[in-house]
Amino acid sequence: MTFEVGSGLSIGSILFTVIIVAAMLIWVERRLLSLWQERLGPNRVGPFGLLQVVADMIKIFTKEDWVPPFADKLSFVLAPTVIMIVILLSFAVVPFAPGVGVIDSNIGVLFVLAMASLGAYSVMLGGLASDNKYALLGSLRAAAQMVSYEVFMGISLLGVVALAGSFNLREIVLAQEGVWYVIPQFVGFVIFLIAGIAESHRLPFDIPEAEQEIVAGYHTEYSGMKFGMFFVGEYLGLVLISSLITVLFFGGWMGPFLPPIIWFVIKASLFIAFFILLRAAIPRPRYDQLMTFGWLVLLPLSLLNLMVTGAIILSMQ
Amino acid sequence: MMQKKAIQGKKHATNLVETIMLSLFKDTFTSQVKTLYQVFMHAFVKADTVEYPEEQPYMFPRWRGRIILSRDPDGEERCVACNLCACACPVDCIALQKAETEDGRWYPEFFRINFSRCIMCGFCEEACPTNAIQLTPDFEMAEYIRQDMVWEKEDLLINGTGKYHDYNFYRVAGMAIKGKGKGMAQNEAPPVNVKSLLP
Amino acid sequence: MAKIVIDGKTYEVNPANNLLQECLSQGLDLPYFCWHPCMGSVGACRQCAVKQFRNAEDTKGALVMACMTPANDGAIISIEDPQAQKFRAQVIESLMISHPHDCPVCEEGGECHLQDMTQMSGHNYRRYDKKKVTHNNQYLGPFINHEMNRCITCYRCVRFYDDYAGGTDLSAQASHHHVYFGRHEEGVLESEFSGNLVEVCPTGVFTDKVFSEHYSRKWDLQTAPSVCVGCAVGCNTTPGERYGSLRRIVNRYNSEVNGYFLCDRGRFGFEFVNSDERIREAQHVVNGSSSPLTDAQVKSVFAELKSAQAIGIGSPRASNEANYALRCLVGEENFYAGMSAAEFDCVQLHIQLARDPAFHIPSVREIEQADAVLILGEDVTNVAPRIALALRQSVRNKAKELAAACKIPQWQDAAVRELAQRQNSPLCVLSPYATRLDDIASDCVIDSYAVLTNVAYAIASAIAPAAPEAKPARERAELVQRVAAQLLSARRPLIIAGSSGGAVMLRAAANIAKALQGSRHSPVDLCILAQEVNSVGLGMLAGSGQNLSAALARIARGAESRAIVLENDLFLRAEHGAVAAAIDKLEQLVVVDHIATATTQRADYLVPSTAFSEHEATYINYEGRAQLSYQVNRCHSQAQPAWRWLHTQSDMHVANLVDRCAAEAAGFAGLQAVLPDTSQFIAGMKIPRQSHRYSGRTAMKANLNVHEPKQAVDTESPMAFSMEGIPSQKNASILGAAWAPQWNSNQSISKFQAEVNGELKQGSVGALLLQKQAASGGFFSHDLLARPASNDGLQLAIAYQIFGSDELSARSPAIRERMTAPYISLSPADARSRGLAQGDEVAIADTKFTATVCIRSRMQDGTAALYCGANEIDQFSLPTQVELSKTGFNSARGMRGLIVSDLHEEGY
Repeated sequence: MTFEVGSGLSIGSILFTVIIVAAMLIWVERRLLSLWQERLGPNRVGPFGLLQVVADMIKIFTKEDWVPPFADKLSFVLAPTVIMIVILLSFAVVPFAPGVGVIDSNIGVLFVLAMASLGAYSVMLGGLASDNKYALLGSLRAAAQMVSYEVFMGISLLGVVALAGSFNLREIVLAQEGVWYVIPQFVGFVIFLIAGIAESHRLPFDIPEAEQEIVAGYHTEYSGMKFGMFFVGEYLGLVLISSLITVLFFGGWMGPFLPPIIWFVIKASLFIAFFILLRAAIPRPRYDQLMTFGWLVLLPLSLLNLMVTGAIILSMQ
Repeated sequence: MMQKKAIQGKKHATNLVETIMLSLFKDTFTSQVKTLYQVFMHAFVKADTVEYPEEQPYMFPRWRGRIILSRDPDGEERCVACNLCACACPVDCIALQKAETEDGRWYPEFFRINFSRCIMCGFCEEACPTNAIQLTPDFEMAEYIRQDMVWEKEDLLINGTGKYHDYNFYRVAGMAIKGKGKGMAQNEAPPVNVKSLLP
Repeated sequence: MAKIVIDGKTYEVNPANNLLQECLSQGLDLPYFCWHPCMGSVGACRQCAVKQFRNAEDTKGALVMACMTPANDGAIISIEDPQAQKFRAQVIESLMISHPHDCPVCEEGGECHLQDMTQMSGHNYRRYDKKKVTHNNQYLGPFINHEMNRCITCYRCVRFYDDYAGGTDLSAQASHHHVYFGRHEEGVLESEFSGNLVEVCPTGVFTDKVFSEHYSRKWDLQTAPSVCVGCAVGCNTTPGERYGSLRRIVNRYNSEVNGYFLCDRGRFGFEFVNSDERIREAQHVVNGSSSPLTDAQVKSVFAELKSAQAIGIGSPRASNEANYALRCLVGEENFYAGMSAAEFDCVQLHIQLARDPAFHIPSVREIEQADAVLILGEDVTNVAPRIALALRQSVRNKAKELAAACKIPQWQDAAVRELAQRQNSPLCVLSPYATRLDDIASDCVIDSYAVLTNVAYAIASAIAPAAPEAKPARERAELVQRVAAQLLSARRPLIIAGSSGGAVMLRAAANIAKALQGSRHSPVDLCILAQEVNSVGLGMLAGSGQNLSAALARIARGAESRAIVLENDLFLRAEHGAVAAAIDKLEQLVVVDHIATATTQRADYLVPSTAFSEHEATYINYEGRAQLSYQVNRCHSQAQPAWRWLHTQSDMHVANLVDRCAAEAAGFAGLQAVLPDTSQFIAGMKIPRQSHRYSGRTAMKANLNVHEPKQAVDTESPMAFSMEGIPSQKNASILGAAWAPQWNSNQSISKFQAEVNGELKQGSVGALLLQKQAASGGFFSHDLLARPASNDGLQLAIAYQIFGSDELSARSPAIRERMTAPYISLSPADARSRGLAQGDEVAIADTKFTATVCIRSRMQDGTAALYCGANEIDQFSLPTQVELSKTGFNSARGMRGLIVSDLHEEGY
C-alpha cells in the first residue's frame, strides 16, 4: 500500500491524526493558557499531565447521555454530529505535503467554504432543538455571525485565488514557490485570520456561547459525548483554520532542510498557538460590535483588497 | 431648528466613520497587538501555583475555614442559642435549639452544621453576639461519605476561647445567672430597693 | 373627614383620632411606645414627637407628641423634620440608658418593638457610661417570665392589666428612674388575660414562659392563620411550629372577634398537641392486646361500617368537616351530637334564637358597644373569657359618654378615666356564685338557678307586661325594676346567657330580649354562649333530639351493635355508668381521636386523627360565624384529619368538602365564603408558611439524612410548607405572621389594617351562617325550675374554671399548674352549720366523690357550686340537691391556686 493522495492509508492516517491532534489540543490549550497566566495547568495525570486527555475522555464517555425531555430528539442528536462531519470533510481537500492528502479537488477552496457554511446548521439545529432560551439566543447569534463572516472569508480568499489562478489548494501551495502569499495578500491574510476565528467561534469571538451572558449558548443543554462532539468540533475547526492559513498564505509544506510534512506541522502549530494566545489576551467584543466591525470594516476592506489585486494582475498581464 | 438637526445628523454620520477607522487603527494595531505581546511575555514569568499538598501554604489566622464553637474564659459554653448565626446563614446550614440550664444560662440543646452545604462565608461569625461561633484556618474537611459532613455540637465545641480571648457575654449582659446576680454585670448598679423612698 | 398635611403631602384623616393613629393608618412610619390602638394615649414615652406648624407660613413650628394631638382639619405636621428626628433619637437614647445588653438571651429578640423603634429612630451607640439601674425579677406564675431590667417605663403593662383587663395584682411601684412594674410580692398573676402582657409589652419585660421552654425566634416558626379551639368564641390565633412541635400561640387580629387580645387558656392551652398522650397509630384492640393497623385496613373498617348500620357520635370539639364526613358515613338518622341532652337542648335553642329576626347575636366588637348588660346565670370569665374582657370595655361606655359631653376625645385615656372615676354603664350579673366580673357589676344576684330564673322572668315582665309574669322575692323587686329601667333606657342593651343555666335560662333571656325588642322595634343584642369551639356547628348538623342520651339509649336497647365516636370523650358528657354500659353492649366501637381519653381506652378500633394545628378545618362560633383554620404543620405519624378517614372518596380536599357541606347540609349555605379566593394570588403562587428568614432548612433534618427531602407539598390549601411563594405582605386574607419592613413585632399589624383598629385589608372576618328566618311567636311560657322540696340539701350548681374545665387545654403542663382539684363553694353559714372549715375535704353524700370546701362570703345560704375538676367528678350522676360529710382531711392541694374574689377569710 503506497502513501499517496487518496490512498486508504493516507485517508486513514489523516483522519486518525486530525482527531488525535484535536483531542490533544484540549491539553495543549490548557497548558498554554496557564503558561501565559502564570499557572501550571493540568500536570497531575501522567507525565506533564499528558494523560489528562485520556482522563477527560473516560469521563466524557461514561457520563450520562442525557436528552432533555422537552428537546426535539432527532435534531438534538444530529446537531453535534454535523459539525464533526463537515469539518472532517473539509480536511479532505487540505494538502498536508506532497502525496499526503485525501483528494486534489479543482474546487478545493469552494469546497472548504461550502463545508464551513454547513457548519452553521449544526449550531442552529443544536440551539433550536434544545428548546431553551439561552440555546436559542446562542444559535441566533451563531447563525448571524457565521453567515456574515463567510462573506468576508470568501472574498478575502479571492485575491489568493486570482494570484494562483486556481481553486485547487495544492496548486495554490505550489504557486507560492517564489513568495508566500502573505506578502502580496497581507490584507487578505488579516481578514481571513479574523474571519476564520469568527467562523469557528473561538475566543474572542465566542459570542454564541458567551458564558457570562447566555450560560453556554447553543450547547447549554448538551452533556456527555454529544457535548464532547461540539467541543472536539471546535478544536477541529481551529486545526482546519490554521491548516488553511498555512496552505493559503504561508506556502504550505514548503521550507528548507526539514521534510515537508514537518514544515506543515510547524507552521500550523504556530497558528494554533497564536489562536490560543488570542484567547488568553483579548476580551470578547459585544455582539453588535462584532457585526458592525464585519460589515463596516471587513467587507469594504476585503472588496478593496480584491479590486486592487485584480487591478494589479490586469496591469501586469 | 430642522436645519440644525440635519447638520447634526450629517456630523454624526461622519463621526461614525471616523470613529470606526480610528478604532481600527488605534485599537487593533496598537492596543490589541500590545496586549498580545504583553500576555505572550508572561510565558517567561515563574508560575504562582503552590503545589498543594506537597507544598503546604501558610494559613492566615482570619482565614475562613472549619467552624468551631468556643468557650468563654471561664470554660463555659459561649453559645447562648440566640439563633442569629442560623438566621444569617445564606445556605441555611445551621440548626439549633435553645435550652436553659438551672443557672439561667441559655445554651443550645443541639447545634448542627451541615458542612456539605456550608460555603464558609463567615456571616455566622459576624452575626454572633457572643464570639461563640468562629471560623478557623483549617480547610481539610473532605469526606468520602457526605453524611460525615454533618457536624453536631460535640464535634464543633472546642476547649478554648478561639480568636477572642477575653469576652464573656454574661459578664456584660444584665441577665442574672448563678454566681452573677442582678447588678453585678459590667456597668451596673446594685438592684433598686423598690420599697425605699430614697432617691 | 379632615385634611391634614404631613411632610408636604395631604392626607384625608378622621378628626376623631389623634395624629399618631392617623399617621399609622396612612402607613407612615412613626415610632411610638406607650400608645396602643386599644388603650388610647397617655403621652408617657415622648417617642412619637413630630413638628407641627401653625400655618403654611410658619417655618419654625413646634414639637408636639403625635399621640396627644388631635388630627384637626388643616393641621400641618412633619415627621421627617430634622429637629423632630433628633428629638426622637435623644428620647430613645435616654430610654435605653439602663437597657441590659441581653437581646441574644431575650425571648422578645427579633419581634421586639423596642428593637424596631431603636432602629427606626437611629440610635445605635450607647454614649452614657454611668451605671445602669437594675431590678430584681419576680416569679409571676407558670405563664409569664419577668425580666424587669429591660423596662422602658411605657406603662403599657399596667394600663392593660389594670385598666383594660381589670386585674388588681400588677402595679407600678417606686418613682423616678426606679419605677418597677410587678406584683406586691412574688406570685401567680391572677388575671385570665395575663398572657397579653407578652404582646402588649414593647420590650422583653414580660415574656412567654411556655414558649421559652422550647424557644424559637419568630422568623423560625412555621405559622398559619388558625382559630382557637379553647371555647366557643373562636378567637383568631397564629400558632407557630418548629422541629415538628407546636411552640406557641399568639394573637391574630380579627376586627370582629378577638381584636388584639386572647385569654390565657387560648394562649397557653395548646400543648396537648405535643402531648405524649397523642394517639399516633391505628390499633385494633382484642381482649386488651392491640395490634397496629395499616391505612388500608382502617379504610376497610370504615367501608364496612358504611355498608352496615352504625351509630355515629359527633363532637363539639371536632371540625364541621369531620362531623359532616361522619354524618355522610353513617347517614343522617344515625348521626348523634356527642352532647348531653341538656346541653344539646341549649344548643338547639341557641340556633333557633340566633335565627329569630327579633334578636341579634353580637360579635365581640359589638359587645364592647353595649351600654347596659344583663348576664343570666353564666360565669362569663370562665366560660368565654374573651367576652368577659369585652364586657369590661362595655361598662366604660358611660365614661365615653361623659367624655363626649365634655368634648374630651376618646383616645385621651387618662383624661377619660379621670373624668368618669368609677362610673360605669350598668351591668347586672345573675349567677349562682360570685364571678370575676362582679367588680364592674352594678348589681349582682347570687342565688340558686331556680331563684335566678324567677328573677329573670320578673325582669322580662317588668319590661313588657305581656311577658309571662313572675313574682320574685320582695327584697329583689326593687332590683328587678332598676335593671328593667336600665335596659329600657339603654342605647344598646345586651343580654348574655349560656348553657350553664340550662334551656330555662335561655328562654328567660329570650323573653327579656323580646320584651326589649317590643319597645325598640329593632333587633336586640342577645349573646348566647356555647360551651365548645364547634358546639353550634355540631348543633346545626345533628337532627332534633339526636343527642348523646338518645344514642346511648338506642345502644342500650340493643338496636345497634356498632358505633363510631368522633374526637369525643363520652365520659365527659353523660353519666359514667350509662356510657360504660352502652360501650359494653357494643360489638364494635371505633374511636377516632387525636388524644387518649377514657373513651379511647375502651375502643376496639382506635384511629388517630390530627389536632387543630395539623389540619385545615372550619369551626362555627357562638354567633354562627364560620371561620377557617389553616394547617400549620404536618403531622409525622399515621394520623390523618378525621374527615379523611371517614370519607370514602379518596381524592377529597378540604375545599371540596366545604363546598359539599355548604351545598348539602341544611343551614351551611355560605360556608364556602370562608375559603380564600385563590385567583387573586400573584402568578398563582402559594403563600409561604415560613418567613423569608426561616433558618436551618438544610440542617434541621441533616442528622437523619444529609440528602434533604423534597419540600412537603400542601395539596389542600393555598399555603406552602416552605419559604417558597409570595408572602401576603399587603393582602391580609391569609396572614401567616404579621411582619412588615422595619416592623418585626406584632405592632406591624397596623400595616395590614385598612385603618388602625379597622378591618384587615381584604381580610376575611369569617362568614355568618345563621340566617334570619321568619319571626317566631311570642314569649316563651313560664317554666320555672321546681323549688326544692325540702330545705335539707344544698342546691347544687356546676362551676366552670378557665383552667381545667376544657378537656384539651387541661393537658398542657402550664395550664395544669394553674388547675385546682374539685372544690365545692359554700356560704359561711352553711359551712358553720355543718362544722366545715376552709379547705376541708368533704364527701358528697350518696356518691363516691370528694371535694375541697371553699367557703365564699357571697354565696347564698342553701346553695353550693361544685367544680368537678378535669372530669374527676361525674357531674351527670349528681343529684340537684346534695348533702356533705366531712372526711376528716384538710386537703393541702385542694385550694392552691384558686382565684376567687370573695374567699371567706375566717378560719383560713
